Amino acid sequence: MAVIVNPLIVCQDMWKVYRIGDVDVQALRGVSLTIERGEFVAIMGSSGSGKSTLMNILGCLDKPSRGHYRLNGADTGSLRSDQLAEIRNQQIGFVFQSFNLIPRTSALENAQLPLFYRGLPLKQQRALAAAALQRVGLRGREEHSPTQLSGGQQQRVAIARALVATPSLLLADEPTGNLDTQSSREIMDILSELNKDGMTVILVTHENDVAACAAREVVIKDGQIQSDHVTKARTHVAEA
Amino acid sequence: MFTWLTIVTALRILRRNRLRAGLTLLGIVIGVAAVIAMVSIGEGAKQAVQKQIASMGTNVILIWPSGTTVGGVRGAQGGAVTLTVGDALDLKKKIPFLTDTGWYTRGAMQIVNGSHNWNCSVYGTSPSYLTIRDWSYSSGGAFTQADLDSAARVAILGQTVVENLFDHGEEPVGAAIRINNVPFRVIGVFSPKGQSASGWDQDDVVFIPYSTAERKVLGTLFLGSVGAIAASAARSEDLEDAVEEIRAVMRVRHRLQREQPDDFTIRTQVDMGQVQEGTSETLTVMLMVIASVSLLVGGIGIMNILLVSVTERTREIGIRMAVGAKRVHIMMQFLIEAMTLGVVGGLIGVAFGILAARLTTIIAGWPTIISSDAVVIAFIFSVAVGLFFGLYPANKAARLNPIEALRYE
Repeated sequence: MAVIVNPLIVCQDMWKVYRIGDVDVQALRGVSLTIERGEFVAIMGSSGSGKSTLMNILGCLDKPSRGHYRLNGADTGSLRSDQLAEIRNQQIGFVFQSFNLIPRTSALENAQLPLFYRGLPLKQQRALAAAALQRVGLRGREEHSPTQLSGGQQQRVAIARALVATPSLLLADEPTGNLDTQSSREIMDILSELNKDGMTVILVTHENDVAACAAREVVIKDGQIQSDHVTKARTHVAEA
Repeated sequence: MFTWLTIVTALRILRRNRLRAGLTLLGIVIGVAAVIAMVSIGEGAKQAVQKQIASMGTNVILIWPSGTTVGGVRGAQGGAVTLTVGDALDLKKKIPFLTDTGWYTRGAMQIVNGSHNWNCSVYGTSPSYLTIRDWSYSSGGAFTQADLDSAARVAILGQTVVENLFDHGEEPVGAAIRINNVPFRVIGVFSPKGQSASGWDQDDVVFIPYSTAERKVLGTLFLGSVGAIAASAARSEDLEDAVEEIRAVMRVRHRLQREQPDDFTIRTQVDMGQVQEGTSETLTVMLMVIASVSLLVGGIGIMNILLVSVTERTREIGIRMAVGAKRVHIMMQFLIEAMTLGVVGGLIGVAFGILAARLTTIIAGWPTIISSDAVVIAFIFSVAVGLFFGLYPANKAARLNPIEALRYE
């Protein structure tokens, strides 16, 4: 029996216009996109295509100039910056190309960060962060600072940080861009596994073999969606 | 919860940049220490002045003759000799506020002891004058009413006079000296009083009974005329009323018409003290201002270091925002860091300030009083300075655009 659930992400005719000096730059020109819970989507495009802008909007770091972006039914266009911060804290996990861990701070504390801003008791923060680190295979490295970890390990800490708050959406922006092949594969394996467990993953990349891990490929060019097709049968369907 | 963790984070960040935090703290430390040390010195000076004023005796009122006005030309104060022993006795009788009145006449005289001689002020006073002015004795004692009545040739010497007339170790009490060639017996030596508030040596004096001075040594203009009258009130609150009553009684005694000005001047200890106290008050305020400026400079140091810190940690701020830190969280983080600098700097500053005040007393011998008010105010001020100068950097951090902050290299 099919259950109708409203989609996680609905973009309707989104435009993003930046003003640089006297010139308006149209980074997004009418993007419409729907992503269901449990999908694994790769957003591809060359630099300057608007994929970073799209990523920022999907991650609630930015708002569209025109059009609508609904995450879990909530229209972000009408929200204040503090409300956006709350959505990022509760619903979105970020993984960046350059890891973006806080320097001179242990892996555990880095992984704790979203819970810290959620105001959880310290004990609970630590327990959840330790569990997240274990899930990405970093058990025993809790007290290492980022400089004591390899690139792959740092990215895994970043994934743990993204996971710890049990978000509804994991946004990975070129997660393997700074990693060697071996580490890249490990990171992609973790992301695939998370997706199998039901996490919605959106991957921004320009590498085809990375994008190949995803089940759906959205190509952006000049601020518009050029193609959008399913590359793999969905391995998982979210249940209501 | 958040606040506590933020404090811990702030402390860790400060510990990480020990040298930098230390140098920043130094500004606040010096500022707070300066405020405390300066106020202590100022308070010490004020108390020294108060002690000088107290050396005049307690609740003392002095009455001098006014300057004469002859055909519109004003003479100096004390130019006319209009006060008498009768005035003094009458004042005591008529004004219940006054516990006692005394009087003196004065002149500079040559004093001889053996081969030594000295020239100083010789006061012919009533015994009551000695008690009013609160003289005490390092040896011997005062002359009495009987000495006054019999015009006894007895003298009390100030410390400076003793030093100049007697060899070291020689006992002055009981010695025979000559004042203006009249033989006197020394019956007492005053304890040192030091400099007066206006700077003259209060120990360079010889006191003899008024009657002796009048008849045998100084002579007076007319019988019973005195240089000045001193009166003492029981309570300092009574001084003002006492002055008014003295004025009334004196005007009647001197038969002054309504339009005539007083032919005498009345001063209380309070009047004389006010000028001196005002001076040290000014000194305290000036020192405070200078110290506050250095505290302000310390605050600018905090702002400077926090601005550097905000720039340095732009990316970190971006990360924190991306994982859900609200503006108020970022703001709090930097404000708490600034306040931590203020608190730590303030505490160290208080310690150094107290130390500096103590050292000033030990090394320079200046009296200092560490006022708890100054300590508390300086500390609160240093925290407030931290907070105030932290506001701008904290606000700057909180207003960062997360996208740009994340991309910041």
